[in-house]
Amino acid sequence: MAERVLMKGNEAIAEAAIRAGCRHYFGYPITPQTEIAAYMAKKMPKIGGVFLQAESEIASINMVYGASAAGMRVMTSSSSPGISLKAEGLSYLAGSDIPAFVVNVQRGGPGLGGIQPSQADYFQATKGGGHGDYRMIVLAPASVQEMASLTIKGFDLADKYNMTAMILADGTIGQMMEPITFEEEEIRQYDKPWALTGHEGKRPHNVVNSLYLKPEELERKNFERYERYKLVEENEAMWEEYMMEDAEYCVVAFGIAARVAKNAVVSAREKGIKVGLIRPITLWPFPKKVLEQAAQRVKGFVCVELSMGQMIEDVRLATNCKRPVGLVCRSGGMVPSPDEVLAGIENAVKGVY
Amino acid sequence: MKTTQILIAGFGGQGILFAGKFLAYKGLKEELQVSWLPSYGPEMRGGTANCNVILSDTPVGSPIITTPDVLMVMNLPSLQKYVDTVAPGGQIYVDSTLIQEKVTRTDVEVFYVPATQLARQAGAGSLANMVLVGSLLENHPELSFDGVDNVVSSMVPPKKAAMIELNMKVLTLGREYGK
Repeated sequence: MAERVLMKGNEAIAEAAIRAGCRHYFGYPITPQTEIAAYMAKKMPKIGGVFLQAESEIASINMVYGASAAGMRVMTSSSSPGISLKAEGLSYLAGSDIPAFVVNVQRGGPGLGGIQPSQADYFQATKGGGHGDYRMIVLAPASVQEMASLTIKGFDLADKYNMTAMILADGTIGQMMEPITFEEEEIRQYDKPWALTGHEGKRPHNVVNSLYLKPEELERKNFERYERYKLVEENEAMWEEYMMEDAEYCVVAFGIAARVAKNAVVSAREKGIKVGLIRPITLWPFPKKVLEQAAQRVKGFVCVELSMGQMIEDVRLATNCKRPVGLVCRSGGMVPSPDEVLAGIENAVKGVY
Repeated sequence: MKTTQILIAGFGGQGILFAGKFLAYKGLKEELQVSWLPSYGPEMRGGTANCNVILSDTPVGSPIITTPDVLMVMNLPSLQKYVDTVAPGGQIYVDSTLIQEKVTRTDVEVFYVPATQLARQAGAGSLANMVLVGSLLENHPELSFDGVDNVVSSMVPPKKAAMIELNMKVLTLGREYGK
């Protein structure tokens, strides 16, 4: 077995990206994800890759657009306000149907906000951010090991579906160190017949573009795209269930909130409360089925978030409001304590939501 | 299931994060589950710094410590801020060169270690953090003192080889105060 090493979450993303075959990184520094750029700056020149600190976030996402159009595995990373700046590029990438890998190590917002951990970009990541009819695959790691494994997964899914895959992490998971092992794994390669690699007079021009002035044509493009999105929804949802076998109550949380919630679930179990946890690993596609099934068995849900309550809307939709959904949340860079989550669980038991 | 939650706090520049990293690496060597979470941002640019280290024989849940079993402090504001959060029966390691105030709680074990003074006398004024780590190791068989030299060597860059010996020296000095 590979050696266990200690690594920061941000560094794990960078190392995993390189292992996934990414040789192009474009970014602009912002706390709390700067270690990704620092790692790339150190490593990329040694392995024949490109590290480029762009003049702005907008420039860096458009460099991603360009490199991806040329068929390269490419990434950028930022934190909340920086991702807002990249939103236009994200929409163009989607409109052009080409892959990209983007990391958002979230901090408190809105506006320039703060630099402490947050999950308040859930709406931005899962519902849009940029304009138009599009989706991104959104992956929510809850450990340093997952920062790596979901990065490798993200590059794969991006190429498989010609979409942007985004890691939606937060300052805590980005900054913390945990043991991690990198297993040798096979990286799948995908044909990219659409890539702008030079036709050498042997084939028609490839064009990567998101402009369709005829509405019929644009609609057709969007219909086709959503056929693909449907496949992603059917095949790629990921989640973890914890102590759900006999659960009468279900906590729903992702990322760092799920780590805190696990402690609370353990404490509640010690008090005899039958509670479990469902942790969405993909936020889009949202793991609707497992929540729908849980709603048949449990009496209520408690959503735990580092935001004013954003994922809670998807929990209600997935369960068709069949059961009440409580909310334990902190905002602006604050993290709920296990005791706060436990209180939320106890409230649910009392029927207080 | 045994879990030890260690909170280390002081000023930026005192090696707070390094001390935590050292304990995390030692835990890794002992094949424990570990997490290390630093304060980040303004703290790195002066002001207070702290880090959360969790050592456990089962997977670590939340990496954020609200009730530390062990508090290690290197300035008075940190002692005042965290003293009441320590779990009853827990331990507090105080750099008594820098903090004159005594802990009034009677339900915790307090080790007053003149860490800064000891480090200075050893010719390593910047290693007071590691004196305190030495004291802590003496009381934590799950980490133990055995093999600390390997951890030190793996953490000190080769061009600073002289620091390895100094680190070992102050770690040993600290042990005496953990007894």
